[in-house]
Amino acid sequence: MGIEVAVEGLTKTFGRQNIWSDLTLTLPAGEISVMLGPSGTGKTVFLKSLVGLVRPERGRVLVDGVDMVGSRERDVYEARKRFGLMFQDGALFGSMPLFDNIAFPLREHTGRKESEIRRIVLERMEMVGLLGSEGKLPGEISGGMRKRAGLARALVLDPQIILIDEPDSGLDPVRTSYISQLLIDLNAQIDATMLIVTHNLDIAGTVPDNMGMLFRRGLVAFGPREVLLTSDEPVVAQFLSGRRAGPIGMAEEKDQATIDREETQGVVEQTPAGRPVMPQLEPTPGLPRRQAVRRRQERVRAMLHELPPAAQRAVVAGFAPEVSA
Amino acid sequence: MSAPGPRGAPRAATRTPLPVPGLGVVREIGRLFALGVHVVGQMFRRPFQLREFVEQFWFIASVTILPAMLVTIPFGAVMALQVGSLIEQFGARSFTGGASVLVMIQQASPLIVSLLISGVAGSAICADLGSRTVREELDAMEVMGVSPIQRLVVPRVLAVMAVALLLNGLVSVVGTLGGYFFNVVMQNGTPGAYVASFSALAQLPDLYISELKAVLFGFVAGVVAAYRGLNPKGGPKGVGDAVNQSVVFTFLILFFINAVLTAIYLQLVPSKGI
Repeated sequence: MGIEVAVEGLTKTFGRQNIWSDLTLTLPAGEISVMLGPSGTGKTVFLKSLVGLVRPERGRVLVDGVDMVGSRERDVYEARKRFGLMFQDGALFGSMPLFDNIAFPLREHTGRKESEIRRIVLERMEMVGLLGSEGKLPGEISGGMRKRAGLARALVLDPQIILIDEPDSGLDPVRTSYISQLLIDLNAQIDATMLIVTHNLDIAGTVPDNMGMLFRRGLVAFGPREVLLTSDEPVVAQFLSGRRAGPIGMAEEKDQATIDREETQGVVEQTPAGRPVMPQLEPTPGLPRRQAVRRRQERVRAMLHELPPAAQRAVVAGFAPEVSA
Repeated sequence: MSAPGPRGAPRAATRTPLPVPGLGVVREIGRLFALGVHVVGQMFRRPFQLREFVEQFWFIASVTILPAMLVTIPFGAVMALQVGSLIEQFGARSFTGGASVLVMIQQASPLIVSLLISGVAGSAICADLGSRTVREELDAMEVMGVSPIQRLVVPRVLAVMAVALLLNGLVSVVGTLGGYFFNVVMQNGTPGAYVASFSALAQLPDLYISELKAVLFGFVAGVVAAYRGLNPKGGPKGVGDAVNQSVVFTFLILFFINAVLTAIYLQLVPSKGI
């Protein structure tokens, strides 16, 4: 089962540019969380901070007692073996064929026999639908395949935490929904804690158990998916409906001139879409049920009274079919 | 954790230290040294990456051997002709062999090696590591709990050192032969005088210092190339710049080290005399 990731007061600055400050949130064990945010709000930096690739100046990231920010390098390296990270374009080793790429962590960290490695690698490749491409070099395959190969490589060590950076970038809508289904199925099969960083609304609407959003150098919100999906916080509502009216501008924040102009002249209004809370994806029939669903129900039930009324209604509506199923 | 977190209000101007001129250079040098120390430390960590070492050794050797010889032969010739014509004016023609060989082994050979090591091996290593860094391959490796320093940099640095050591031997031999050929055939020197003056002036420590220089050059070239390769600034263009800088830096550092080592050697080891 996955393990919890607790982030406390994380602050990161590059040179003079503050990326975000004081992020505090907990990724619940075994559940799928999504971190949203307009481009350039430091989502990827956040992801890299969790594994200790980027070292924030302040704060802690606790993974089973190890602080990925401040611990000794040796401990961090050891703790990283619990992680699987899928990079935006796969980050495969260009000089190795796919098979060797995916076998790399096994060969480095386990003393397994080559026949056993072969079995595991082929199993993972089948999981992401790449069987038959073992001998190809990363340069010879499409972006979508590179992503899936990166995912397969992130999976071979049976990680307890899987971090996924923009699984949809560069993919068509059909492939994106396949990836969504793949992620859900994955969670059902290995019950790992997952964090997906994306700005794809379909993934955000149907995959996660929890959602968060980064904007203006901070965390706007983090909580059960219904909280954000029903939120009337201007930033969240604007982002989830993909409209221009709201605080998000072309260059991250709207400047005052734009705001003034919009106030006097108005914005070309797009069809206002009341976004209903879409039901979460179910694992492909035949796979085990997601254990996270039950755990999350208990957790959310316990905090139900703290949630805004709209979120409460959505949560309760969401419970009904899952309980009866 | 459910409650919306506080909107990260921009903190009141965080302390930004005033830029001190020259500080950036010192910082870079410090980081370079840190990497050098790190590399030495990781050299002794198991498992040793034998396969990577052999592959890199083979690659570096294969791209340096031929250019090294092609550079050395005319260099030995020039040395023989120049020293020969100078020394002839002093009436010490019989010492041409000894003098040109000493220059060849002690100075020319390590410098030729340094040119090839930094220009050929260093640029290849820097470009390789740089493009891997840009493609996030090294990040990926780190996330998988594998240290890129131990896995990639150490075998490369060791390979450069080993190739430098052996290449230096090769260049010494080829240079000496070239000098001999030009002295004896072109300048009508006598073979006997050439060899006799050689063994009269040359001593074993000359070879030791030469090899020591070569190994040290190999280490520095490897570390500088790795350092620039691991820290390219901004995308593919940055990799090109990094390679360029790595070669220039390596030249500068190696020529400086050469001067220092030569000065120390001449103080410590008495010349053989006649």
